Amino acid sequence: MSTEATRPALADLSVGDVIGTRTVEVDRARLVRYAGASGDFNPIHWNDAFAAEVGLPGVIAHGMFTMGAAVALVEDWAGDPGAVVDYQTRFTRPVPVPNPGVATLEVTGAVGAVDADAGTVRIDLTVTFEGARVLGKTQAVVRL
Amino acid sequence: MSVNPAYVGREYPANAPYSVGREKLREFSGAVGASHPVHHDLVAARGAGYPDLVAPPTFAVVVAQRAESQLIEDPEAGIDFSRVVHADERFTHHRPIVAGDELVTVLHVDSIVERAGLAMVTTRCEIAALLPDGGTEPVSTVTSTLAVRGEGA
Repeated sequence: MSTEATRPALADLSVGDVIGTRTVEVDRARLVRYAGASGDFNPIHWNDAFAAEVGLPGVIAHGMFTMGAAVALVEDWAGDPGAVVDYQTRFTRPVPVPNPGVATLEVTGAVGAVDADAGTVRIDLTVTFEGARVLGKTQAVVRL
Repeated sequence: MSVNPAYVGREYPANAPYSVGREKLREFSGAVGASHPVHHDLVAARGAGYPDLVAPPTFAVVVAQRAESQLIEDPEAGIDFSRVVHADERFTHHRPIVAGDELVTVLHVDSIVERAGLAMVTTRCEIAALLPDGGTEPVSTVTSTLAVRGEGA
């Protein structure tokens, strides 16, 4: 496939443009899979009893899972995952993951800034669970 | 025990190399739902100009956490992991991580700030690739802040 053909042009972008939206469904199997893939075996992400003991509402998703899942929207929009040169977030609210069931995250990306001199665009991501933001200041800088 | 403020400014020696493998990149990409072909398909990655499969933007956390464990697992640092919440994370990529990279990490403790019963511990991992000539090439900078609740909080 050609990745070049699908890349956005900096000159076409304005602050506020929505680049896309995505729904991410998170279940316990997903958390176990992320734990294994990342090496983050903190029991708050798979053990209900442990999570309750440390004062959580139950098993919660890895913040790094949510951060990683959200930026896939930007990678696909950019047409080149290697173009994401900077990516940051704050973890503002935990995402409890039921058993059985799924927690559904809604991801929206919008252009936050365009830097023509640097050849970069900043994409601001909004990630919500049950209508409330779970990440703050989620910004990906993409070189186009 | 609270977090030991004497650790601010500490720089650890480069750790043992992390070998970035194709199957690990496929596994991590699948786990976060990063489905772009350059993470999975060698022909696509090379067609896009990369020497091998490309890591997703947050893969560097896998490399960084090995270095961060030097601080977190040090009893003298006083970080009780059952009282830790991840506050923020930032990745700055000087170039994308690709399969085949041999990565060494230098961990820095940039700040420890106590406020309202919380200790905010900010670390910075400077990740570099080993070069055939014995030198290193900067690859990624990973900055992470942990919030550690105090005993009474």
